[in-house]
Amino acid sequence: MTGTYLGMPAFPDAAREAVRDEVLRANLRHATHTIRDKRARAVAELEDWDRLRAAGKAVKDHTLAHLDRYLLQLEAAVTAAGGTVHWAADADEANRIVTELVRATGEREVVKVKSMATQEIGLNEALEAAGIAAYETDLAELIVQLGHDRPSHILVPAIHRNRGEIRDIFAAEMGDWGRPAPEGLGDDPRELAEAARLHLREKFLRAKVAVSGANFMVAETGTLVVFESEGNGRMCLTLPETLISVVGIEKVIPTFRDLEIFLQTLPRSSTAERMNPYTTMWTGTADGDGPSVFHLVLLDNGRTDTLADEVGRQALRCIRCSACLNVCPVYERAGGHAYGSVYPGPIGAILSPQLRGTGSEIDATLPYASTLCGACYEVCPVAIDIPEVLVHLRERVVQGGPVTREGIRVRIRPADGHTAERAAMRAARLLLDRPDALRAGERLLARARRLRPRRLPGPGRAWTDSRELPELPERSFRDWWAAREKAAREKGARP
Amino acid sequence: MRVALFVTCVNDALYPRTGIAVVRLLERLGVTVDFPDAQSCCGQPQYNTGYRREAEPLVRRTAEAFAGYEYVVTPSGSCAAMVRSHYPRIGRAAESEGRGPALAALAEDLAPRVYELTEFLVDVLGVTDVGAYFPHTVTYHPSCHGLRGLGLGDRPRRLLAAVRGLELRELPGAEECCGFGGTFAVKNPDVSAAMGTDKTAHALSTGAEVLCGADNSCLAHLDGILRRQGAPLRALHLAEILAATEEEPLV
Amino acid sequence: MSAKEQILARIRRALPEPRPDADIPRDYLQAHGARTPAETVDLLAANLAEYRAKVHRVDEDGIAVLLARLLAERGASSVLVPPGLPPHWLAAADPTRIHDREASTPYELDAVDSVVTGCALAIAETGTIVLDGGPEQGRRRITLVPDHHICVVRVPAQVVDSVPQALPLLDPTRPLTWISGPSATSDIELDRVEGVHGPRTLEVILLGAQ
Repeated sequence: MTGTYLGMPAFPDAAREAVRDEVLRANLRHATHTIRDKRARAVAELEDWDRLRAAGKAVKDHTLAHLDRYLLQLEAAVTAAGGTVHWAADADEANRIVTELVRATGEREVVKVKSMATQEIGLNEALEAAGIAAYETDLAELIVQLGHDRPSHILVPAIHRNRGEIRDIFAAEMGDWGRPAPEGLGDDPRELAEAARLHLREKFLRAKVAVSGANFMVAETGTLVVFESEGNGRMCLTLPETLISVVGIEKVIPTFRDLEIFLQTLPRSSTAERMNPYTTMWTGTADGDGPSVFHLVLLDNGRTDTLADEVGRQALRCIRCSACLNVCPVYERAGGHAYGSVYPGPIGAILSPQLRGTGSEIDATLPYASTLCGACYEVCPVAIDIPEVLVHLRERVVQGGPVTREGIRVRIRPADGHTAERAAMRAARLLLDRPDALRAGERLLARARRLRPRRLPGPGRAWTDSRELPELPERSFRDWWAAREKAAREKGARP
Repeated sequence: MRVALFVTCVNDALYPRTGIAVVRLLERLGVTVDFPDAQSCCGQPQYNTGYRREAEPLVRRTAEAFAGYEYVVTPSGSCAAMVRSHYPRIGRAAESEGRGPALAALAEDLAPRVYELTEFLVDVLGVTDVGAYFPHTVTYHPSCHGLRGLGLGDRPRRLLAAVRGLELRELPGAEECCGFGGTFAVKNPDVSAAMGTDKTAHALSTGAEVLCGADNSCLAHLDGILRRQGAPLRALHLAEILAATEEEPLV
Repeated sequence: MSAKEQILARIRRALPEPRPDADIPRDYLQAHGARTPAETVDLLAANLAEYRAKVHRVDEDGIAVLLARLLAERGASSVLVPPGLPPHWLAAADPTRIHDREASTPYELDAVDSVVTGCALAIAETGTIVLDGGPEQGRRRITLVPDHHICVVRVPAQVVDSVPQALPLLDPTRPLTWISGPSATSDIELDRVEGVHGPRTLEVILLGAQ
């Protein structure tokens, strides 16, 4: 991935700031709770939800197990339909390809459909460096771009902003990018959406080049699919002369029929609708309808490394619905920025350390950004066992072991800063593995019961900063049981 | 019927009254209880923190301690879920890393014999009215590993609803995690405390006298917050409520 | 080594051999519930309306008058017309007909008030209409740039129950646009509001014997 997020603080430090930001917490609480209940209702409408979920998982697993075959089939189908396919092993290569394609058109600006893949590779920054302006056209992406901000949610990148903040950003910034916000702009979402409509319309109408991602690519037909709501996607996918789509290689599915699963599960999981307002499907170029030039850039950027991990590869099933973010109690309080990646929340906590490796401070702390409560797994429409992958990645952080980086199998060392913890875990295990020692330890503890301090020093402070310690009992259960047995034996009740 | 009590290390060292309550409750229901002394910790702290290899001896110890028992009953959804879901995984991993099939066999053998207390009462003994008496208002927090890991469903609430004198109050946002999460509580103390504070606020909003749960580790976190706040609400394990009768109130 | 060769080699190294084909469990439902054709049309109408499309029902005899009325109520002075739209549909309408031409610029389309099209099919369970660029529908952009879209669905002939029933009837080599209600966004506080870049008013005419 790119350097955009390098140097991010460890998750606990970033989360501490977010927890203290009361506006942010209120914004996130309101938004995630709104969508959470709606999603549950939308899902409950389908009596076969579990079967759709199992089928979606199976399609994705099957595709991943034959990814080479399906990518080649996709390439052939897209090419036959008039498109051109490019392959990019990493972010730099993808950015270079897109920049050159835009340059070749002679244009200096592009309109963009919301795309996680292009954010992941830092395409906007790369284009800017080449003197090409990239305009985000999804409302939330526009809010982020105008606010010189970073995305904090997969579906709703500006979820951390409330309507008042959005109004202020529009009023202050729109004029610098094009048509200014109307005088006296209010904070009603309808009014804000209208301001975005007017601001972006001039860009859509004059755009000659668009950049998109895709939710799915169909190998057998070469069809690309974009799910959206606002119509900005349709604008970008149909009005310009040139369309460049940057898509992660894991987005391929085998057949057109397979869409029947995801067309049912994705809208309900993401915006909690039976169906999102607009879905566009295109196959190469169409005569006289839409772009006459179509380029598809297939992006690896850590995906094949993730594929090489037997446990972790299930993260590649992700269809980017964000249901896991919306139910996650940690995300709700820590906010999306604390995850230091365009992929926040539970899925980000397992995806970023795999795409980027666990070398940086943020990536080494992400697997711990969870209580393992399992709410994410429960709602995932492709049944990614996020807690399982989190624990697996924790193991990688503290124990090191074999991983694949840029296609090469290497053995990584344990991350720094876990020496004391490792020693404590080992000591605890040694104690726990010897019931006599355990009993002696418990008796020591019981003797210390009157010394119960209000604050502990060292790592224990993290507990006592906000909580009292439990009251220590006079004796352990083990000792109570032994005494009872002894008494029973003396009474002759037991042998 | 004879069962083995898997009391768990947290209950053994910090909450013996929960273990004592389970013994009284089961004996009152005509069950003979054994406490295999070789048991200690299920290894969950090690496993969930990433030290899977450190958990292996504890998997072996636990499996051997409970060998031969048809029913192993534990008053912890979290430890039951550890044995049921993760033991087989740890066994398979050990095998794939070349340490032989013995651990996997032990794990597979133990996993289906471990019952969380409410599962054992409702599914095996077939009782929901355990003859308890507890004249207080109670709100119930379903811990995540019981709720989602084991799928306990409404078993705990059915048991509570059958307790004479007990008034059960709905906990708002009941299914949301309390923020304990094992080492999460100290690795991410700010988020953990924020989650715990929201949970206790919900519990306080019910006006109940008792916050009941079926996992003392979650309750230690919530009770610690409540006592730091000086809040008029105490946390209590479900087993202690179910063990209470008119003749023998709380342990 | 090209990026393509590199990526394919990485994939092959990442996956254990052999790699048998998996059977995909397709025991999910082909439709949710059993309905008569009339009930299916009713469900379509209800779901369209729930997502704020305006739904009208009319028979062949009434469609010209209805379309004339809807365009007049809108105050439309121009209307985009796909090449294969049945001429009698707009026989009574006043607005200037603008034909769907490849040479039209987006700016020209932006100046048109309304568009009237047919559709490829409609899906009752999700309240969706699907356009495939056929002669009654025209290029994708004509149903996008004008702010008012009237879509005619022949009922019950063009209505299916569900998404699984819809896909086999569609040709993936044609550009497909699935429309479920007017343009909307959930980007502000995750609350849905209608009306952003696509047509802010979507009217659906269910055309058939009443």
